[in-house]
Amino acid sequence: MVKDAMSGAEIVLKALVDQGVEVIFGYPGGAVLPLYDELFKQNKIRHILVRHEQAAVHAAEGYARSTGKVGCVLVTSGPGATNAVTGLLDAMCDSVPLVCLCGQVPTHLIGNDAFQEADTTGITRPCTKHNYLVKDVAHLSRVVHEAFYVARTGRPGPVVIDLPKDVLVGKGEYVGPAKVKHKSYKPQLKGDLAAIEEAARLIAGAQRPIFYVGGGVVNSGPAACQLLTQFIHATGYPCTQTLMGLGAFPGSDVQSLGMVGMHGTYEANMAMHGCDVMICVGARFDDRVTGRLNAFSPNSTKIHIDIDPSSINKSVAVDLAIVGDVAHVVEDMVKIWKARQLRPNERAIKAWWEQIEAWRSRDCLRYASAGSTIKPQYAIQRLYEKTKDRDAYITTEVGQHQMWAAQFYKFEKPLHWMTSGGLGTMGYGLPSAMGVQVAHPGSLVIDISGEASFQMNLQELSTLMQYGLPVKIFILNNQYMGMVRQWQELLHGSRYSQSYSEALPDFVKLAEAYGAVGFRVDAVEELDGVIDAMLESDKPVIVDCRVDPSENCFPMIPSGAAHNEMLLGPSDEAEKPVSESGMVLV
Amino acid sequence: MIIQNEEIVRRHTIAILVDNEAGVLARVIGLFSGRGYNIESLTVAEVDPREQLSRITIVTSGTPMVIEQIKAQLRRLVPVHKVSDLTVEGPSVSRELALVKVAGTGERRVESLRIADIFRARVVDSTNESFVFEIVGATEKLDAFIKLMEPLGLVDVSRTGVAAIARGANPI
Repeated sequence: MVKDAMSGAEIVLKALVDQGVEVIFGYPGGAVLPLYDELFKQNKIRHILVRHEQAAVHAAEGYARSTGKVGCVLVTSGPGATNAVTGLLDAMCDSVPLVCLCGQVPTHLIGNDAFQEADTTGITRPCTKHNYLVKDVAHLSRVVHEAFYVARTGRPGPVVIDLPKDVLVGKGEYVGPAKVKHKSYKPQLKGDLAAIEEAARLIAGAQRPIFYVGGGVVNSGPAACQLLTQFIHATGYPCTQTLMGLGAFPGSDVQSLGMVGMHGTYEANMAMHGCDVMICVGARFDDRVTGRLNAFSPNSTKIHIDIDPSSINKSVAVDLAIVGDVAHVVEDMVKIWKARQLRPNERAIKAWWEQIEAWRSRDCLRYASAGSTIKPQYAIQRLYEKTKDRDAYITTEVGQHQMWAAQFYKFEKPLHWMTSGGLGTMGYGLPSAMGVQVAHPGSLVIDISGEASFQMNLQELSTLMQYGLPVKIFILNNQYMGMVRQWQELLHGSRYSQSYSEALPDFVKLAEAYGAVGFRVDAVEELDGVIDAMLESDKPVIVDCRVDPSENCFPMIPSGAAHNEMLLGPSDEAEKPVSESGMVLV
Repeated sequence: MIIQNEEIVRRHTIAILVDNEAGVLARVIGLFSGRGYNIESLTVAEVDPREQLSRITIVTSGTPMVIEQIKAQLRRLVPVHKVSDLTVEGPSVSRELALVKVAGTGERRVESLRIADIFRARVVDSTNESFVFEIVGATEKLDAFIKLMEPLGLVDVSRTGVAAIARGANPI
């Protein structure tokens, strides 16, 4: 017996405390009972009992993305672990740091098709940044410390630790985090100075530049966002943000062109298409951003700053790559910019802004009002106006409402916008908002939702009630899976195959059934009053906001089209049919 | 770092130094299958028992952009220490070993032995109606030998896949 021996479960808990974990989202089961027993005996870590393991992971994502800390999840073996898989991949796609502890059957039963056994490391290998199966309690503390290091270092991501029950019960020695050094994983933080110097000169020499800013800037931290914002202000150049990058640069800033990509603004996409120098910071040329690749920004010199070398030249070949953490790279760039006394070409930039203002004047986000019917865009605008001074945290589900939120809600600061970008997980918003509210108990947290997505994780209303989390759920109810319906209208001859939701619940009664508050609104005139009532309540609230069911999300780059081939509105649809090759894209 | 978007597909031999731990090979193979990369040959064995390091040699093919992406994705795997593209990073030596079983009698049997001699293959097992040859060399040499054995009663082949190492004094 080792001196000062502790049980595996005790070691895990001690390691979590030493890693600064304050909250863990989880659901118990047979294989993790030793850990739950240890949780019971202590009061340093708070456990939030969810109603489904997928929600535990999304809640931890919301927690992580609104704080910059590592989110922590605890689930049992078998179905507990498989239910968590969607959330893990979601965190992987959006680079969210998580550590997910999974129970596992005892080591001697592994491979035996035991009760609630799943090959968790096998299943989660492609959905995680890294994963571990701990077969010996002697390795346990090292693995937990390593897992947190891997999750938060470099490009963040989820890490799974599979914990067989006998390892949790077995006795071993605890090793503190200071004594654990990773053998191989050491991401590069500082960028190559020569490359940064070259980039600074390219930026200064640009005639039609654009900053294309992504979630990597948010992940690099608020200080990185501030540095980059200052640098962009110093240049006077336009800046567009990806869906994940909203908030990295102030959304209401005059230099902000709004979101880029499929449902981005006309001015942002036209500027991306027509620029001569593109400065991509912490973004990854995702297919939702680029449109048709061979027509993507054809005449620009592309600079790419990213911490993940595999993001560079993956889909778009760039001219100058800088591998490093945004905060470090931008800091060095600002130094060089000042030391070399670089100045933008003011005349060219003035002409460029005139061109951009001409694009802006198309007012691509405009929509037609329709009497008393609530347009979804209007609902978001009103929500924004009434909450913009309240430091609100916004989460969304996935679909039209998500895009409208991204278009019409302006984010001034990072860490206030939680959405499922890469994986596009319906059902993300409510549990994510739950995690945000746990991290920021006094703050206003709103899940901008759709009636279809909301129903994918509505069981979490129960969790909100149990922990007194006053999340506001603002449902843009159009009775359709709106984005599916929109694509069916544009691409499949308006054959609305399975996209209409019959038998929707009465959302007001649903809220009341859980002990929450529910409101329904279906007239423009009543909208403000309902939003006020929602904000005044100190309870969880569901607003069933009945919006125009046939409204489509514009502007839109149809699949297979280029940035300069945007559809600006309903009247544009008929003229530009989607190409055959575009049809097969998603 | 400027990469031309050439569409020329080339074969590359990539050496990867990894922690010799459970699942590491699955990570590498899963990366290739999950991202649709091609594996033409793969070998793996522990090379440093003290540091518990294994070396994986993969022969793959792709455009320059795809090959760069493969290397970047490999470097991203947590237990990977070093990735080296032996095809572009200076001269290298690569060898493969094959065990080739040929069954036959009479003139065909004598002919197989004669060709084995030309290729410097060794006989490692013999019965009255069969030989097992051991042959070492570049992949193309093994291909040629096996092709010649076909009409002479080739019944079975086992190949190790390519092992490769850079020329000169430096380690990977």
